[in-house]
Amino acid sequence: MRITQGTFSYLPDLTDEQIGRQVDYALEQGWAVAIEYTDDPHPRNVYWEMWGMPMFDLKDAAGVLGEIRECRKVHGDCYIKLNAFDSTRGFETMRLSFMVHRPATEARYKLRREESAGRLVRYTLERA
Amino acid sequence: MTTKVSSLGAIQRTTGNTAARYQAGVLKYKDMGYWVPGYEPKPTDLIAVFRITPQEGVDPEEAAAAVAGESSTATWTVVWTDRLTACENYRAKAYEVQPVPGIEGQYFAWIAYDLDLFEEGSIANLTASIIGNVFSFKPLKAARLEDMRLPPAYLKTFRGPPTGIVVERERLDKYGRPLLGATIKPKLGLSGKNYGRVVYEALLGGLDFTKDDENINSQPFMHWRDRFLFCMEAVQKAQAASGELKGHYLNITAGTMEEMYKRAEFARDLGSVIIMVDLIIGWTAIQSISNWSRDNDMILHMHRAGHGTYTRQKNHGVSFRVIAKWLRAAGVDHLHAGTAVGKLEGDPLTVQGYYNVLRDSYTVKDLPRGIFFDQDWAGLRKVMPVASGGIHAGQMHQLLDLFGDDVVLQFGGGTIGHPMGIQAGATANRVALEAMVLARNEGRDIANEGPDILARAAKTCRPLEAALTTWKDVTFNYASTDTSDFVPTPSVA
Repeated sequence: MRITQGTFSYLPDLTDEQIGRQVDYALEQGWAVAIEYTDDPHPRNVYWEMWGMPMFDLKDAAGVLGEIRECRKVHGDCYIKLNAFDSTRGFETMRLSFMVHRPATEARYKLRREESAGRLVRYTLERA
Repeated sequence: MTTKVSSLGAIQRTTGNTAARYQAGVLKYKDMGYWVPGYEPKPTDLIAVFRITPQEGVDPEEAAAAVAGESSTATWTVVWTDRLTACENYRAKAYEVQPVPGIEGQYFAWIAYDLDLFEEGSIANLTASIIGNVFSFKPLKAARLEDMRLPPAYLKTFRGPPTGIVVERERLDKYGRPLLGATIKPKLGLSGKNYGRVVYEALLGGLDFTKDDENINSQPFMHWRDRFLFCMEAVQKAQAASGELKGHYLNITAGTMEEMYKRAEFARDLGSVIIMVDLIIGWTAIQSISNWSRDNDMILHMHRAGHGTYTRQKNHGVSFRVIAKWLRAAGVDHLHAGTAVGKLEGDPLTVQGYYNVLRDSYTVKDLPRGIFFDQDWAGLRKVMPVASGGIHAGQMHQLLDLFGDDVVLQFGGGTIGHPMGIQAGATANRVALEAMVLARNEGRDIANEGPDILARAAKTCRPLEAALTTWKDVTFNYASTDTSDFVPTPSVA
């Protein structure tokens, strides 16, 4: 099983060269790039840990790739994603967000079903 | 009586015989104050542009004045009771008429309406005024409302989309690519259990959304509660398997508002992130369910069922760009707005015009795309357009090139009809999409290199290879009916 969050999860894992080209694209658009990691990729876990601040005013992808490698060294057992943030009015949100690292063993989730009246089921997603 | 336009655009009676103007009898609309050439609309005026086809022998300016009159204060004869009102203020003012380029006998007429003519926050009231009577008016052979500028002062009285593109993406954690959907087929006849199976397979294969069709409500073969229960089991299971948030547009369209609320509440209680209604429920019902959606953090999907009866023919009806503007104000989150390359009506530029109206913060006048006015959206949230109907993975480059990232691409037959099964169909679409976005971001010219990019992605994805082989020659290359009058009409596919 593969966690399919992120813009490119259905493609083979991106190489660093491919990641670099996506970072270049983000920088061309004027977006700020940030790295986040977590050991709990539950789909409702909105706040992954920040690997430093978003990199505003960056000029090329090399710095970002350096940070990704550093983060992989320290958090190799975690999921790591790269976010690109657009501060334009009407957006002010992420415009691109994709995985740049996965742990050797992927997280698994299972459904807990709590049955109630009239066949209503209350669903909860839990770590398997 | 004569009128003159003041610097502020207000009309002042300057000379003339008021008593004569209000003598019982019939006057031309032009002479009743509904034709004010050179009038400069106020920033708070609502402006409409109509395409009119006057009957033989009817002067176009008189016809434009008649439209202004019949969509505001006029009746067919002079009434003295006008004099109890500030009637100049309430009269709509036709102020410009131009022949439609290349079409004999048709004219564009610009008409300005004072803000006082409209109740705040009511599309029902707006439409009762602007399209209430005038389309049946005998001196016109035909009339079409082409576009409308909604002044920010008026727009601010509407709440707009309950969720909007930005919040939908943040809530679902999906960025940087179009979302993917599929309408469950066959659209009628499946039992709840079988229907839910299709939902599960499609979502597990990689789609973000599946969808009820417009006419799935609560029929003998599948009552609505069965559909909701089976579909939500499917959605929740697919979420658990992928670690990714997903949804099924549960169509809550029903015969009464009470029944719709009941269905919406059940969808909410089962954990659905999205509900759906059809355009045919009417403006008041749309605004009510939009309020409910706001209160319950629900994405509201709108299927434009029925619109083709009045949007498609160029000479008569209401353009879909106007319907799109009204729906953004009324408050929907998703709206079917055409595919350009699929099986349903819409030429590429005209369809892009609809998309811009839904997604812009400020829409700039763009005649080739059918946009007659600048439109400041006054901070109203953005609507996610939905491209649905006869599209498949082999057109991914065209779709991404035409519409960009903020769109839901819905492949119904193109998912469920896949030769290797529904999951494979969904995976083919997701892989094609992600490969195309990756390539575009890398600076590739996807409009031209698209087929190569797809072929390369298919080398590591058997389902995509099968999809490309199955549908490679499918196009719907017919001339569009509703096109801009300002450009030669291109066709893609």
